[in-house]
This record gives sequence, structure tokens and C-alpha cells, in this order.
Amino acid sequence: MIQLSHVSQVFAGRQGQVHALDDIDLEVRRNEFVTLVGRSGCGKSTMLRMIAGLLTPTSGTVTVAGEPVTKPRRDVSFMFQRPALLPWRPVLENVLLPVEILGLDRDSHRRRAHELLELVGLAGFEKRLPHELSGGMQQRVSLCRSLIQNPNVLLMDEPFSALDALTREELSVELQRIRMEQETTIVFVTHSIEEAVLLADRVVVLSARPGRLRRIVEVDIPRPRTLGHNAHADRVTEVSAELHELLMPVRTGETA
Amino acid sequence: MSGVGGVNGVDASRARTEPAAAAPAEARGAGGTGIRERLADWGFPVLGMVVVIALWWLATVVFSIEKFLVPSPKDVVDAFTEHAGFLLAQSWVTLLETVEGFALSIVVGVPIAVLIASSRLIERMIYPLLLVVNAVPKIAIAPILVVWMGFGQLPKIVMVFLLCFFPIVISTASGLRSTPAELVELVRSLDASRVQAFFKVRFPYALPQVLVGFKVAISLAVIGAVIAEFVGADAGLGFVIVQSGASADTPLAFAAMALLGLISIVLFYGLAALERRLLPWAEENR
Repeated sequence: MIQLSHVSQVFAGRQGQVHALDDIDLEVRRNEFVTLVGRSGCGKSTMLRMIAGLLTPTSGTVTVAGEPVTKPRRDVSFMFQRPALLPWRPVLENVLLPVEILGLDRDSHRRRAHELLELVGLAGFEKRLPHELSGGMQQRVSLCRSLIQNPNVLLMDEPFSALDALTREELSVELQRIRMEQETTIVFVTHSIEEAVLLADRVVVLSARPGRLRRIVEVDIPRPRTLGHNAHADRVTEVSAELHELLMPVRTGETA
Repeated sequence: MSGVGGVNGVDASRARTEPAAAAPAEARGAGGTGIRERLADWGFPVLGMVVVIALWWLATVVFSIEKFLVPSPKDVVDAFTEHAGFLLAQSWVTLLETVEGFALSIVVGVPIAVLIASSRLIERMIYPLLLVVNAVPKIAIAPILVVWMGFGQLPKIVMVFLLCFFPIVISTASGLRSTPAELVELVRSLDASRVQAFFKVRFPYALPQVLVGFKVAISLAVIGAVIAEFVGADAGLGFVIVQSGASADTPLAFAAMALLGLISIVLFYGLAALERRLLPWAEENR
């Protein structure tokens, strides 16, 4: 579904050039859930933005569904770290924003918006304004908005990182449930190892400066996965430990 | 028969009040704070005004100030009632000039702000020019406006426009530029056109700021109308003040001033009410 080949990104910084990403090769299969982890500054968000068509790689090619990405695609949606809701639009109208911009059929999508809101536990909140909702609820609305056009690919840039731990876990579980009902290829950026393991089919570990693909870890724990009551907690811990080891030496090596 | 009924009635009411005694007490308490709140909202300002008017009155009597210097409140009220029709007609003239000039500055100012916010090139071309024009004291232009446009309504509307235009352009342009980065990215990720981005996100987001500019402008608008009327007019409240000054009819001038104040307040709070209605989501209206 998504293919990155020899992708590099160089930013012109104040002290010369900064290699954000260096020669990345990655293939994400259809309906796969891939998480990108790495320390801050490893270029994981940059990678996501290139897949989204918000950023053009300095060299190499990115393709989605076999077509080179040159600008944002209609079948790819992006979810941000912040809810990015329009403060004057009630919840339902916020969810329907992509429908308006992409010129899709409003009536059928209105029904779908109601379903999505129900799925994330926001039934009855359709007419509320964003400022009347908690941070977690706002991010749920944002999630519904990114799913409204039935995207083939959902790109998520640390979507739960601004939330408290409990809300975050709740949303991780909800995201898995939604995904079981609706097949979508997801690339999810996070700096939380636990989150990465909990959600992913494969965890892609990036090293920092320049961002290189360090390791891809398969997570074969059956779904649905939760952090608390989980028969597979041991396996989650095991994979997490492996990832920790992958990420930590890089850090000591760098600071030394 | 009726006596028995009466006794029963009393008993029944007593039986009802006793167990329910707590509830009415609470209700009374709530009513008390309501009255106190209403007093703080309306009572005290009104009281303050009454005290000031009383002192004013007292001063005119105690120091026996001449009517043509400082008229007493009663003289002003008399002037009102005596010339009610005339004053109303002149108020209407000034109000029209104010509102028309204000409307004109919106119609011209908002599109210019849109241009400024949409292109750095246009901003660099127009902005210094705007600053220069704004730096000239508007009162200095008033006599020339009379030379150009005569004594009619037009120079007044233009003067109001000149005063209102700048704050509206500045606040609208800065509002249009304050779209948060995440909303800009959202619009980009949906591959929205510039027009879509403008009407669905950037303009609505700027509206609270636009309204700030409107509120600044409307306060200046009345000033503009009066200035223009001072310089050369045959109607309007500014004209009334100049005329009554010349004939030492100070009470009439005071009445006209009070009406100007009233127009200002009504326009400003009308706009504020409109804002609260239209933009309930804006931070300052929550």
C-alpha cells in the first residue's frame, strides 16, 4: 500500500544541512498497522508528512497504492497531535469538514458521522462546540473526522500524546476496535514504546540524526490488546523490553 | 359551612408549610442573591449616575453658575423637551452619516485586509501607504473635504470612513494571519483549494478579531461624523453644538452631546450583542 524507497530528507538549517532521514526503505502492506518509534528528532514525523504529501523528499520516492505521492491524496487522511477542530463548528459539523472539502455526498456521510461518533462514545454530543468538550473527547472527534471519508490510509502523528495516561489507553483500545470494524492501513507515530507495541502489527524503530531505519519488530500478539488485563501482558513486556534496548544504547552513544 | 371550610383551609395550609419550611427558605435565599446580583449589575451604576447628576445640579445652584456656562440638568431636560422634534431629526442625520461611513469602511476595508493577508507583495505595497495615511490627523483633512464635496452628507461619510477604515483593516488582516498552524496543516492535508481554506477556516477563525476592529471603529465613527459637522454642515448634532455655542444656548449643546453619547453607546453595545450572538465560540464570549 505504501512504499518508501531510498527516501532521504535534508533540511537547510542555520548551521548547515540537517539530515532528517537517510535512505529509508519501507513497505507497508494493505490494512497493516505500523507504528514508527524513535527518539524525538529522528524524523518519524517527517516520514509521515512525506507519505501524506505534505512534504517532498529530497531524494527517493514515496508511493501510495502504486502512485508516486506529489500532493495530499483524497484516500489518505492525517490525524494530528492536537485535535485541530474548528471552534465554531459543532462536533458533527467538524466531523463532516472533509466531506465538504472533498465534495462528497453529505447525506450518506452524515449517517456515517453519527455511527463514528457513537463508536467513540460521543453519541449525544453532536451539537456541542469543541470548547465544551474535554481534551480526550476533542481528540475522539478528530479521530472521527479522519475516518469520515473511509480513507485507505490513516496517518497518525502522536495523536494521543497530549492526553492523560488513562484517556490515552482508552483511545488506544477504541482505535483497535474501530480498526476491526473498518479495514484501513495505519501508520502511527509515537514515542511511547508501550503504545507502539500495543497497537502495531509491526514496529519500525528509527535511529536519530540522521534518521535511519534501525529495526522492524513484528508484534504477533492476538487482538484486541489492552495494557491492564491482558493474557498476553508478558509478551507485550518482552517486546517492549526489546525495543527499549534498541532505543536506549543509541541514546547513550549519542550523549557520550 | 363556610366557617368549617375556612378552618380546614387554614389547617391544610399549616400542614403544608411545616414540612416544606426548608424549601421556601432556600428559595428566598436564592432570590436574595439574585436581587443582589441585579443590584450590582444595574443598581450601582444607576446610583452612581444619579449621585453625579445630583452633585452637578447642586453645584449649579450653590455656586449659582450661569446657564450659558454650565446649565443645570433641568435646563438640559427642558432643552430636550422644547426641541424634541428638531433634536431627533438632527440625531437621525448624524446616525445615518455614522452608520453609512462605518458600513463603507467595512465594505472597502475587509477586502483590502484580505488582499494584505493573502500576499506578501501586496502587503509590502499597500501597508506603508496605509500607515502614512493613518499618520495624518484626520481632523486636518476635514476642511479640504468640505472644499471637495461641499456641505452635504458626503464629506461626513468620508470622514467617518477615514477614521474607521484603519482599525478594521489592521484587525481583519491580523485575524486572517492568526490561523493556527494545525488548522493550516489540516486544510493542506485535505488538499483544499485556497477559496475553501479561506471560507471554511481562515475567515471564520479571524471573525473575533474582525469584530474587535469593528468595535474600535464604531467608537471612532461618531467622532468622525461630529468632526466633519463642526467644519461645515447644515444639519446633524455637531452642527447643533456649533450653532448653540455661537448663540450661547449651552443647554441645547448639552442635550446634543447627551444624544451623541447615547448614539455611541447604542451602536457599540449593539455590535457587542451581535458579536455574542454570532460568535458564541470565541473565547471572550464564552
